[in-house]
Amino acid sequence: MDLLRFATAGSVDDGKSTLIGRLLLDSKAIFEDQLEAVEATSRTKGYDYTDLALLTDGLRSEREQGITIDVAYRYFATPRRKFIIADTPGHVQYTRNMVTGASTADLGLVLVDARQGLTEQSRRHAVILSLLRVPHLVLAVNKMDLVDYDEGVFEAIRSEFAAFTQRLNVPDLAVIPISALQGDNVVTRSEHMPWYEGSSLLHHLENVHIASDRDLRDVRFPVQYVVRPKSDEHHDYRGYAGQVASGVMRPGDEVMVLPSGLTSRIAGIDLYDREVEAAFPPMSVVVRLEDDLDVSRGDMICRVRNAPQQSQDVDAMVCWMTREPLRPRQKLAIKHTTRSARAMVKDVQYRLDINTLHRDGDTQELGLNEIGRVRLRTTQQLLTDPYEHNRVTGSFILIDEATGSTVGAGIVN
Amino acid sequence: MPTHSDYRLSQLDELEAESIHIFREVVAEFEKPVLMFSGGKDSIVMLRLAEKAFYPARIPFPVLQVDTGYDFPEVLACRDSWVDRLGVRLVVASVEQAIADGVVVDDGRTSRNRLQIGTLLAAIEEGGFTAAFGGGRRDEEKARAKERVYSHRDEFGQWDPKNQRPELWSLYNGRLHEGEHMRIFPLSNWTELDIWHYIAREDVEIPSIYFSHRRRVFERDGMLLTESGFNPLREGETAAERTVRFRTVGDLTLTGCVESTAGTFQEIVDEISVARLTERGATRGDDRFSEAAMEDRKKEGYF
Repeated sequence: MDLLRFATAGSVDDGKSTLIGRLLLDSKAIFEDQLEAVEATSRTKGYDYTDLALLTDGLRSEREQGITIDVAYRYFATPRRKFIIADTPGHVQYTRNMVTGASTADLGLVLVDARQGLTEQSRRHAVILSLLRVPHLVLAVNKMDLVDYDEGVFEAIRSEFAAFTQRLNVPDLAVIPISALQGDNVVTRSEHMPWYEGSSLLHHLENVHIASDRDLRDVRFPVQYVVRPKSDEHHDYRGYAGQVASGVMRPGDEVMVLPSGLTSRIAGIDLYDREVEAAFPPMSVVVRLEDDLDVSRGDMICRVRNAPQQSQDVDAMVCWMTREPLRPRQKLAIKHTTRSARAMVKDVQYRLDINTLHRDGDTQELGLNEIGRVRLRTTQQLLTDPYEHNRVTGSFILIDEATGSTVGAGIVN
Repeated sequence: MPTHSDYRLSQLDELEAESIHIFREVVAEFEKPVLMFSGGKDSIVMLRLAEKAFYPARIPFPVLQVDTGYDFPEVLACRDSWVDRLGVRLVVASVEQAIADGVVVDDGRTSRNRLQIGTLLAAIEEGGFTAAFGGGRRDEEKARAKERVYSHRDEFGQWDPKNQRPELWSLYNGRLHEGEHMRIFPLSNWTELDIWHYIAREDVEIPSIYFSHRRRVFERDGMLLTESGFNPLREGETAAERTVRFRTVGDLTLTGCVESTAGTFQEIVDEISVARLTERGATRGDDRFSEAAMEDRKKEGYF
């Protein structure tokens, strides 16, 4: 059984909570006491239906205000796959939460109400998912029961969305007509829509091919920690622990350590008490080298003729996540793979309007929840790849040095 | 085990890799980490992952247990066996001692579970620990569903759920001010079933009370509690011997058991697969007092 992480976006009005509630219920991931608590609360509030949104609104302040304020993680499994849902709210702190949820997702699920058609919000969802290089996108056209399961309504939304996403980087798009409330095309194929020949949503989630999303060619191994037992039994052991970002490493491979540029061969790869014949993403392993090099946290192991960029100048799209705007000359802490440094904002080249994709070059600031292209100068060289090629070596976070808060998320151009 | 033919990891291997990454990240970036060990299945999985993360070196941080005075003897025995095998340092923070020292106040109404909070925070402060690993999982409870892997605690040990740091990719922000600490949840993405599959696969020692056994129990508030001197029977309650096992491990005055004949890992996995109640709702008195019981305790500094 493998693992699929997906991000959902949409508001309560689109029926997102109902859909998630149904997926959890039908896969038996919701327990009776959870359902009873939600039913009781729904009655107290005077609703004549069970408000499945209460399952996902975890914090008291959210229940009091009737809004979701944060990314919530949900879990369910079928015999084929385990799923992790990053459920992001539709309104408040929208961009920040959506970027957070999308950062780890293999698939993005966007919901629209069949009666409303595409909205500004659904276009924004698609833009953010494509910026974050989520490789698979699903548009679920919900509430088909309220438009009499009409093929024409679905087809109009489908073709409009397909045309819109042509301007984005969406390698794989599926559009599925559903009714989350009635269960049409959620778990099983609906009898109400014989004109639809695709699979149900759950079937699609179970079968979408994610194995080839990984880069198995370009070896990138950020060194996290040096394992040196210094015990009698393992007196000379020295290994470099980390999680493989991309590529396949094998004992005997010739490798280069950056930033020093020194080369050696892999003597062995350890996974706890046994040696493995290959390490690939996302394995956490310990790599031993044949030569005694000076390697420490923040360094990167790669192949000799296949190295990342090494530079103190970083050109990136930044999503800004705090009230105080990002400005030129501002100094921040930056964390990139296992390397931490300081960074100064050189300039803001443009701000991206995520509704129209228009680039506004007349600005020198990025406000809360805005995304723009920014140039940074760092105190140390960073070892980067373009985010579109590598989501691990192409991403970083920006930290306010005074408050310690995470204030920005960056993807390397 | 990883299958090398297609370079795919099973979901359990992927979870393991993610958790090991978190352990190493914390040890690399924090001055003084500690692992909060309850003796329960989740904290045992944490110890197993920590063992793997640093092998062949020893686990480079101590283990902290809050002793409520009401712990199951089987759990303490299992704890000692793990600590001995791994050669890791054990720090015990006693609720009894905290009461005697005036760190927390036992007013006779507050549960030991709640008194653990003050005891734990005092132990973290006294030890100067800057990062404390906890076994919390997001599938356990809805307040936990929104908690970060790195969960910031202010100088009073409090959690501010409305002001959490965004957490992206696997880039964790460990920045702290003086007196603050971080709670780290390496099992965030594991479910109860994942934990059992992993324990079965790794074949590691867990407290015997997780397996079916005969025990004298009585019913209170719809839960089966163990008969013990700490837990005097109230009027109308009668104890009887039944075949039971525990789904969670905590303060024995509050932790209920379920009637079960599951005596092996596989039988437990089968039982959980068809369970219709959450482990906490079914067997934890501490979480049943209000819909926000966990959220309130977490804000104060609970595990």
